[in-house]
Amino acid sequence: MRYHTPKSFDEAAAIAAKADGKTRFLAGGTDVLVQLRAGMVTPDDLIDIKHIAGVSDIARTADGGWRIGVAVSGAELGRHAALCADWPGVIEGMNLVGSTQVQGRATLVGNLCNGSPAADSVPGLIAAGATVTVTGPKGSREVAVEAIPTGPGKTVLAAGEVISAVTLPARGTGGGDAYLRFIPRTEMDIAVVGAAVNLRVVGGRITEARVALGAVAPTVILVPEAAAAIIGTDLNDAALAALTAAAEAAAKPISDKRGTAAFRKEVVGVLARRAALIAFARAKGEAK
Amino acid sequence: MAKDELKTGYRLIGTRPDRPDGLDKVTGRARYGADITAPGMLHAAVVRSPHAHARIIKIDASKALALPGVKAVITRADFPTGLTGEDWNLQENTMAGDVALYDGHAVAAVAATTKLLAQDAALLIEVEYEILPHVTDVDAAMAPGAPAIRPGSADPSVPEGMHPNVIRYIDFGHGDLAAGFAAADLVREATYKTEATHQGYIEPHACLGQMGADGRGEMWVCTQGQWYIRRMSAAVLGIEAANLRVTPSEIGGGFGGKTTIFMEPLSLALSKKAGGRPVKLVMSRSEVFRATGPTASTSMDVKIGMKKDGTITAGQVYFRMQGGAFPGMSPISEALQCAFACYDVPALKHEAVEVLANRPKAAAYRAPGSPMAAFAVESMVDELCRELGLDPIATRLKNAARNGSKSSFGPSYNQIGLVESLEAARAHPNYAAPLGPNQGRGVASGFWMNHGGETSVSLAIGEDGTVGVMVGTPDVGGSRASLALMTAETLGIPYENVRVNIVETGALGVNEPTHGSRATFASGKAAVEAARQAIGEMCRRAAAEWGIDADAVEWKDGAAHPAGPNAGKFPPLTIAEIGASMGSTGGPISGHHESVPGGVGASFGAHVVDVEVDPETGRTTVLRYLVVQDAGRAIHPAYVEGQYQGGAVQGIGWALNEEYVYGTDGRLQNSIFLDYRVPVASDLPMIDTVIVEVPNPGHPYGVRGVGETGITPPLPAMASAIAAATGARLRSLPMSPPKVLAAIRAKGRG
Repeated sequence: MRYHTPKSFDEAAAIAAKADGKTRFLAGGTDVLVQLRAGMVTPDDLIDIKHIAGVSDIARTADGGWRIGVAVSGAELGRHAALCADWPGVIEGMNLVGSTQVQGRATLVGNLCNGSPAADSVPGLIAAGATVTVTGPKGSREVAVEAIPTGPGKTVLAAGEVISAVTLPARGTGGGDAYLRFIPRTEMDIAVVGAAVNLRVVGGRITEARVALGAVAPTVILVPEAAAAIIGTDLNDAALAALTAAAEAAAKPISDKRGTAAFRKEVVGVLARRAALIAFARAKGEAK
Repeated sequence: MAKDELKTGYRLIGTRPDRPDGLDKVTGRARYGADITAPGMLHAAVVRSPHAHARIIKIDASKALALPGVKAVITRADFPTGLTGEDWNLQENTMAGDVALYDGHAVAAVAATTKLLAQDAALLIEVEYEILPHVTDVDAAMAPGAPAIRPGSADPSVPEGMHPNVIRYIDFGHGDLAAGFAAADLVREATYKTEATHQGYIEPHACLGQMGADGRGEMWVCTQGQWYIRRMSAAVLGIEAANLRVTPSEIGGGFGGKTTIFMEPLSLALSKKAGGRPVKLVMSRSEVFRATGPTASTSMDVKIGMKKDGTITAGQVYFRMQGGAFPGMSPISEALQCAFACYDVPALKHEAVEVLANRPKAAAYRAPGSPMAAFAVESMVDELCRELGLDPIATRLKNAARNGSKSSFGPSYNQIGLVESLEAARAHPNYAAPLGPNQGRGVASGFWMNHGGETSVSLAIGEDGTVGVMVGTPDVGGSRASLALMTAETLGIPYENVRVNIVETGALGVNEPTHGSRATFASGKAAVEAARQAIGEMCRRAAAEWGIDADAVEWKDGAAHPAGPNAGKFPPLTIAEIGASMGSTGGPISGHHESVPGGVGASFGAHVVDVEVDPETGRTTVLRYLVVQDAGRAIHPAYVEGQYQGGAVQGIGWALNEEYVYGTDGRLQNSIFLDYRVPVASDLPMIDTVIVEVPNPGHPYGVRGVGETGITPPLPAMASAIAAATGARLRSLPMSPPKVLAAIRAKGRG
């Protein structure tokens, strides 16, 4: 195994592009190192991107959004008051990953690139309309988060491509988001179902919404029908019922050791409804 | 009430001093199994079958042996042949012979200079398998057409016509069953199922073994019983017991699962083949789940008759239990003995069969068999109480086993505390706490018979009057503290002046493991007897010093005193003074006691739990939980409470989410703690405890075992609480959210 510490993303991409065996990028390492120690994967090239300038920064963008470095840990995100005020749903999703110890290392991009449909931070990012910067041998491009995962453990990234930053849009006024997951326990578990809702309220009515669901399909999915069910409403019972039905209809889950397909399909509607109520209350300033 | 019968005025018994192992454990100084090292040590890795059932065609280790640093590879061919009975079963489980019998069954092992190298070498050992049909479910394993796992291994007790996987049958009972059911106002029957669960001890199995060409060996190992390790390893390897010295490490939990061998002989066999270099073998968590002993899975029929006033008129059970691909480990006998142990019923019939399946060899798990039996019987009692509108505690009191009543399994009870426990539960504020929407309360009682067992304890007085106690029962739940308290109480000296050491097999007579809730009872009783023997000798030394008869000396407050005015006027001789002069007064002073102690006192308990169930997700939250149990006498109450809480928590986990999940390929799907869902701390409220003390007349301080009964009531108590909260009765464990939600939906449709 060769261990690399590039000083720039261009350099990291160049190393990855030249590598011909198994390549892994190392940030927090909470997936890569565990898989390595469990004998699941032994990389030929391990590219540590924590030595690149800016990877630990959280910064405002010119338009009022946020640019988050790829090595920023869940714990650092959770302590950033302004970011949490803007995107509580994104951060609460990330903060559900693992234990306190894991939170000290784990990153948004690592959670995304692990490719799990149950990743807790991904539904919130997708609902928020977050993008990531993908740097490769041919330069950088901006990609919507929902376009990154392509299946369990798989991403759209080509050989030599690495994610170099996460960007959250400007929150603006009247916005609120929320993420809920179902686990049988209270922590230290993997989402059996996850649901994130991001919306904007103007004059008591929802003017914009995005709904993303986790662990009910091969990837986290963005469900425009679920968003449409609540846009233009004041989130009354009929809107909630329509949201529930749309979430259930979009879910195409499997049965596995963590839960049955029927259970996931039913509970995803429940969580979408509950998450929408929290996001709605946050948008109106009635909840944090 | 029992309190009045207690001897009062103990100086130390019933106090809560600091635990003697506390500082070592919080500072990391305590040495667990994997902490032991030796010069020249090698590391081992085990090659395990990925198949549930497969014939081993060929094992080729040539590539592994070609790696520099690989020192030995062993297969079954390196073990002696001709073993029979349980010795053969142990050997077969340690290393597969012709056939791998479960996913995770060891087929080869390798020793190398580093752990990584050993793991790499294990991957290079090529095993060719012929996959055979498998079965993992207990009912499926005894159905027509199921693959016969070990044909011809059935016991003569098995009735004709049963599947060859049924290998043992037992039955017993009393009274006129037909008349009993005829006398009932309500008779109900149902089938209950429980999944296999693992003890889930935090410390994986670990050992360091060394054996030379002369057949002499040493082993350092995490175990509940060093003599069991010695006897079983010696049998599997064909060596003499006295040639293997086994030293137990500090232990990070066992719960019955560390009372037998799994991989220990592998380290010794590897060591011998590697020229006598010591070999360390540490299991991963996945290996612990796949290849050590979980408890049995069960399918149980129960039929009970009850009168409108709550009187139970008759009961009948038929239990089917699988404990893996090996006979003897399904606790059918214990399950039947515990099934109706809390009740005095005029007519009972018990039947059970033991069934083989392609799963790992089960091991003991905290009150083996009793939690499953309680799930079936106590759930059904609750169902009858609800249907008849009866209070569950009043009904249990009405039918309770009492002092002198004949037990459901034969012998009459002596002094027992079931009634006192039920009454304490009924009087506790938790039983009257108001319940909100989607909340429900469940009640169950529980029983474990407890155990005496082979016991040998020695004690030596030091030159300064402090005392060392040598015991053979590893301390899994605070026995060093309780033994020090009892020894100090008996000798009349401070707790801090007694140090209890868990010793190796060469230091004492044979001891059974710390199992059957026996350590504080049996080793405690022996320690008290050993202390009394030392007191006798110290009184003789004082008598010789004073020139009076030994009969005229009495021992109190840690010193010899003249027994009365007629004995003469002498200042007391303290234990420190006697210790200081012992070299010139006759030599070392010690005490020793060995026996299979009688007077074992059974422990009964009653649990009350309140839960809230989310009607939209089926998720259960435990709101409050009460454990009431008869300790006989709580020597160190904090440890007793810890046992009660630990038993309840393991039972809650078993009830809610823990299970062995097998795929259709017969492979275990959830062999890590991420997916084998034990409760985490934030899942639980503080478990409330009430210690009932009905002293056991068979122990000098009234001790009963307390370790096991606590895991028995949670399974049915949780099921009854969920039934009360949702109206849906779950008869299959675990009561995971998908199953609870499905049951709620089925009720709505019904």
